[in-house]
Amino acid sequence: MPKNKELILQVKDIHKSFGDKEVLKGISFEVHKGETKVIIGPSGMGKSTLLRCINQLTIPDKGTIWLRGQEVNHHNARQINQFRQKIGMVFQDFNLFDHLNAVSNVEIALIKVKGMKKQEARDKAMSELQKVGLVKQAFLYPAELSGGQKQRVSIARALAMDPEVMLFDEPTSALDPELIGEVLGVMQKLAQEGMTMVVVTHEMGFARSVADEIIFLERGRILESGPPEKLFYQPEYERTRKFLFKLTELYGDIKGYHKR
Amino acid sequence: MENLMVVYEALPFLLQGIITTLGLVLSALFLGFIIGVPLAIGQVFASSWIKKIIAIYVWFFRGLPILVLLFLFYYGLFTMIGLNLTAFMAAVLVLGLRSSAYQSQIFRGSIQSLGKGQLMAAYSLGMSKGKAIWNIILPQALRISIPGWSNEYPAMLTESAITYAIGVMEILTRGNFIASRTYLPMPIYLTCAIIFLLLSYSGMKLLHLLEEKVRMPGFEK
Ligand SMILES: Nc1ncnc2c1ncn2[C@@H]1O[C@H](COP(=O)(O)OP(=O)(O)OP(=O)(O)O)[C@@H](O)[C@H]1O
Ligand SMILES: [Mg+2]
Repeated sequence: MPKNKELILQVKDIHKSFGDKEVLKGISFEVHKGETKVIIGPSGMGKSTLLRCINQLTIPDKGTIWLRGQEVNHHNARQINQFRQKIGMVFQDFNLFDHLNAVSNVEIALIKVKGMKKQEARDKAMSELQKVGLVKQAFLYPAELSGGQKQRVSIARALAMDPEVMLFDEPTSALDPELIGEVLGVMQKLAQEGMTMVVVTHEMGFARSVADEIIFLERGRILESGPPEKLFYQPEYERTRKFLFKLTELYGDIKGYHKR
Repeated sequence: MENLMVVYEALPFLLQGIITTLGLVLSALFLGFIIGVPLAIGQVFASSWIKKIIAIYVWFFRGLPILVLLFLFYYGLFTMIGLNLTAFMAAVLVLGLRSSAYQSQIFRGSIQSLGKGQLMAAYSLGMSKGKAIWNIILPQALRISIPGWSNEYPAMLTESAITYAIGVMEILTRGNFIASRTYLPMPIYLTCAIIFLLLSYSGMKLLHLLEEKVRMPGFEK
């Protein structure tokens, strides 16, 4: 990825401990406009914690987050709420609002947070649902949707806020294998359309074909990072090679994707 | 025959008690609701010292017999602070406050059963805590609460008769009045009982309808 592109997100020296367990030991990276960063790493190594630190759902013990050159001040609740609007987040288990149908899930923050008029919000929500291929399901409730559909609604919900960057926390881990493709497809399309994304995933096929950079998180640090070609074929560390090999074996290499 | 005549003549007087009883029950439930909901929210989301205060409040109102509360407030506290309440208003207050302690526990359970995920999602969209609670948590928590909450109505209805002790003119107080004059306790008290049962039955029916109406699709009872 060309480095002359606009800098969107800066993660600087993030530390986080739970009790006496230090989960993140100084994580730093930058995301430029239109880039897709894929974060991988063994289970329980703080990938979710890192994403939550980025949008301040978890407050880091140390370190700073910068969005377009502006530092996020976690003491200012108003500023955090505004900042979070610009950061879309997609969760492993969807976290749709169960009492609202698909389109209401997408429009509620437009109305309650952005103060949009109802009709305007409805139109916007519908067009977001169209992007993820769910117009027909607009009036179904979460309990009436499949896992893949739920995750696509949650992507539409995040997109509706017109975020600067999207965070995905293992968006396909809770899905049946046959439903993974439809969600990855939506994400791939987003990446192609120039969305800036940080994705935690085990889907190596997706990582290879979409990621500009893969970040390998281990024991609270970034062990190694670089473009997929480098990490897959010339990793600096044997551990990286082993881990990628294992993931590829476990999750398959390419699920309906072609290498670039 | 004589029994029937007595009941017939007493009926208008007894039926007027329905207004008082229902007024008392509904007001107290309403008061319990509008205090119980914030208490529940506080118990889940507020700072630890507020949680402690609420816990003491709940413990106090659940730990004392209703009669003790009624006497304590009506003859004690209200008189002491110069609050000149009718027996009816005092009963509404006491039963309402007591109910708020019970109701808060129902709502608290529902809120906690929702889990943190949806709250996180709401925050991630830029909602403040207040907006997230109001728009996401409460609508669901209240719906989940209806079956548990439905028990509050018959409970309150049966408990309301105890306000006879401070002279609230509810059904039992009126029954008692007539029974002691006619020396025919059985038919009179039986009539009172039937009135209570009918009130209980129709109230439960209404609550059931409400439950059906606001059910979230896909969520079975
Ligand atoms: N709120 C919390 N309180 C205490 N410990 C926590 C909390 N959140 C996470 N942890 C711990 O921090 C560690 C990292 O958790 P995290 O969920 O970030 O890992 P992860 O890399 O996302 O794992 P997975 O691949 O299983 O999703 C784990 O050991 C977890 O138990
Ligand atoms: Mg995780």
